[in-house]
Amino acid sequence: MGHLLFTGWNCRECQTFVEKFEGALGKGKGRKLYAYKVMMAKKMIKFNRDFENFKTACIPWERKIKEVESHFGSSVASYFLFLRWMFGLNMVLFGFMFGLVVLPEVLMGLPYGSIPRKVVPRAEQANAMDYSVLLDFGGYCQYSILFYGYYNDARTIGVFKFRLPLSYLLVGVGIFGYSLMVVIRMMARNSNEGGDGGDEGQFTFSFKMFTSWDYLIGNPETADNKFASVTTSFKESIVDEQENQKDENIHLRRFLRVLANFLILCCLGGSGFLIYYVVKQSQDNAKKDQDELTWFQKNEVDVVMSLLGLVCPPLFETIAELEEYHPRVALKWQLGRIFALFLGNLYTFLFALFDEVNEKLEEEKSIKNATMWSLKEYYANYSSYHNTTDVPPLDIAPADVVRGPCWETTVGVEFMKLTVNDIEVTYITILIGDFLRAVIVRFLNYCWCWDLEAGFPSYGEFDISGNVLGLIFNQGMIWMGAFFSPGLVGLNILRLISSMYFQCWAVMATNVPHERVFKASKSNNFYMGLLLLVLFLSLLPVIYIIMTMPPSFDCGPFSGREKMYDVILETLEELPTFIGNIVGYATNPGLILSAVLLMVLAIYYLNVTSKNYENANLELRKKMQMARDEEKNRRNNKETTNQAMQYLEDLLPNRSLIPPPVITEESALSKSSKVAKHPGAAANGKGVNLQKDVSLASPNPRAAVTRPPGPRGPPGHARGPPPGPGRGRGRGAPPPRR
Amino acid sequence: MLGHKRFSCNHPSSTFFPLSRLFYRYRDLAPQLVPLDYTGQPDVRLPYELIGSMPELKDNPFRQRIAEVFSEDGEGNMTLDDFLDMFSVLSEMAPRDLKAYYAFKIYDFNNDDFLCKSDLEKTLNKLTRNELTEEEVRMVCDKVIDEADLDNDGRLSLEDFQHMIVRAPDFLSTFHIRI
Repeated sequence: MGHLLFTGWNCRECQTFVEKFEGALGKGKGRKLYAYKVMMAKKMIKFNRDFENFKTACIPWERKIKEVESHFGSSVASYFLFLRWMFGLNMVLFGFMFGLVVLPEVLMGLPYGSIPRKVVPRAEQANAMDYSVLLDFGGYCQYSILFYGYYNDARTIGVFKFRLPLSYLLVGVGIFGYSLMVVIRMMARNSNEGGDGGDEGQFTFSFKMFTSWDYLIGNPETADNKFASVTTSFKESIVDEQENQKDENIHLRRFLRVLANFLILCCLGGSGFLIYYVVKQSQDNAKKDQDELTWFQKNEVDVVMSLLGLVCPPLFETIAELEEYHPRVALKWQLGRIFALFLGNLYTFLFALFDEVNEKLEEEKSIKNATMWSLKEYYANYSSYHNTTDVPPLDIAPADVVRGPCWETTVGVEFMKLTVNDIEVTYITILIGDFLRAVIVRFLNYCWCWDLEAGFPSYGEFDISGNVLGLIFNQGMIWMGAFFSPGLVGLNILRLISSMYFQCWAVMATNVPHERVFKASKSNNFYMGLLLLVLFLSLLPVIYIIMTMPPSFDCGPFSGREKMYDVILETLEELPTFIGNIVGYATNPGLILSAVLLMVLAIYYLNVTSKNYENANLELRKKMQMARDEEKNRRNNKETTNQAMQYLEDLLPNRSLIPPPVITEESALSKSSKVAKHPGAAANGKGVNLQKDVSLASPNPRAAVTRPPGPRGPPGHARGPPPGPGRGRGRGAPPPRR
Repeated sequence: MLGHKRFSCNHPSSTFFPLSRLFYRYRDLAPQLVPLDYTGQPDVRLPYELIGSMPELKDNPFRQRIAEVFSEDGEGNMTLDDFLDMFSVLSEMAPRDLKAYYAFKIYDFNNDDFLCKSDLEKTLNKLTRNELTEEEVRMVCDKVIDEADLDNDGRLSLEDFQHMIVRAPDFLSTFHIRI
């Protein structure tokens, strides 16, 4: 019968077991079929496991992130997970942009040099290939597929009659639509997973202790990571537990928090005013003669913004120590405050940009007028000279044609430069702030007066809030700039990939884990919420430009039209008339207003429903908790009351005098009646009338003593066995509990 | 090994495992000690050092306890039967109750049928390689007893442990060795 490792089974039970599973044990009739079934089951399990492994292996950087997570905790790893998710989003955006805009223009559009907008102007050709010009995105860079100005405005191109201007517009808007959809879907999925702040399981620590080690590990590196991750996980839970156990002086804490918020609001207000002042100054300076200004005056805005960005975050962190929040909550506050600070940054950038655009528009008007005038002149001269009305088109080399300033390309160039600048600043900060610092601390420690590693500079901790916000704002810039510079998304992809590798290396090599390692909130919805806000903020300028600003007259896919969205109207004209009619009706204000009203009502209804579900959820949880506590108490009470019984029993003077306290489940009423019936029985004389004592000592005062105290049974039985050790059942059936 | 009945028979077989692969693994640990012919039921015991150096076990912080629990002499020196038992219980196919029973015995360092505070402390220190401070270790052990101890005797009995481990989502997948 092989090895049957079950305890407490006797021979007969084992035999029936063996007969039942005859086939499984390799003997008897069902053997072959069962063996086959077992083999198929095993193969299925193996296949599933392999497929899961394959799916996991396809996810990029999984091992890197797991390594970071084991050593630094889930909060630092959440930044890298967010980075990876952004990479996925940008890949899709790149796919759209590249496949639907860049590729058609390259494959089916006119080549470089054929029309004016695709050629470097004669004046600039001398230094179009210079390294410094290229780095500034001028020269050949500017007149390439990277920027808006290169694209031609022909309604259809190539054999397939691909409508490039329409595609450009739709992709530009579609990028926002897709991003919005993805972010909201992620937020919804996250909120499903049980909410914020970690879960309060019943057995958190027990599960961690007994089920966290993976017995499958057979590799020393993996084992190292596992040890680190288990330790970090325990530390995180300990931090959470300590927060729960902290002693609260509520009033002092509230006062400190209000004070901290007030201080920070002052800081933000001050920085906002400083930014406004500096921008105003720079506007005034721009009107003066450029040679009179010092370097500082020329770059005032940049210097002030950088200083604010360097000084304010650590200042906020120091003030925030007054508040004494849980580290996870403190991180959120920090993120929110720095976000408010960076909005000021955004405001100045957009302000400066709009100024430049308006300037260019003015310039364009004058050039346009000049070009038209000179064209008229040429026709007039030609027709008057040759005395004919059939005038051949002006035959000048594309490079020599007078060109408008093309403000969209300028905007695109600004965004490109900003992104490149951002990349440089990030990498240099990491190299100096983390790497150089680590090298100095490590090597200078041997010859320094105090312990550098434990004392002042020591190794840096990974700055989660700064990096997350950097990522979010960078993505905002990409969203804003993608319409004007199709190459920007490609640049961002390169940036994200290199960031992942570089920052993973930097974290593992130069950072130490936070002092209080904390668990990232499961939902990650806070990052998503900020991202959503930035998405809306970056959507507004682009939509405004598409709807109101006139496109340049000689560059880009919308050139020559009144407004950019005219492309759609043109396309609609080409479609069958009934579609045009439908669209006409659909854009009726009355219809749109009713649709908006309906959506508002639907949102209200869904909101109320979800709140109700949340409440029901909480109620159920409370009930479960109460049931658990009750069960625990029940077991405890049995314990304590019977121990009390034992104690009292020991106190009683003579144990032989105790009448057998037979407790049944009858009520106290019968007890008194019985006693009354046998008055004579009490007068035994031998012992004390212990009826009263028995009722005091009994576990349930309501239990009846049905046996009259007088006539006692045989001595052996009379005593009533004392209760077993801690078992609580020695005195017969327990009293009923209702 | 307390309280389990064995049914010896002519050849060792496992309810959950194909035999030959395991036998050859056992033999490969010490080919000169283990004969190919087991019909005479030779009394061969492999010392703990050989078992503990198997690739499946060498990185496991609990390998010594595992070997002790499954070995007949309680010291970690395993016969073929012990070896088969061990991998059988730790395989994918073993039932949950059986695994819980043996997990309990593995974590019971002083073999007193209870997981008392010192057992928990030893488990925790092995898991974290002594990285936690004493206060943290104490807090965690107190919390574990607080969570899982139902009969309030300050230590975990088998019922307490089983009651808790039955609700663990990861137990079956982590308490598993593939060979």
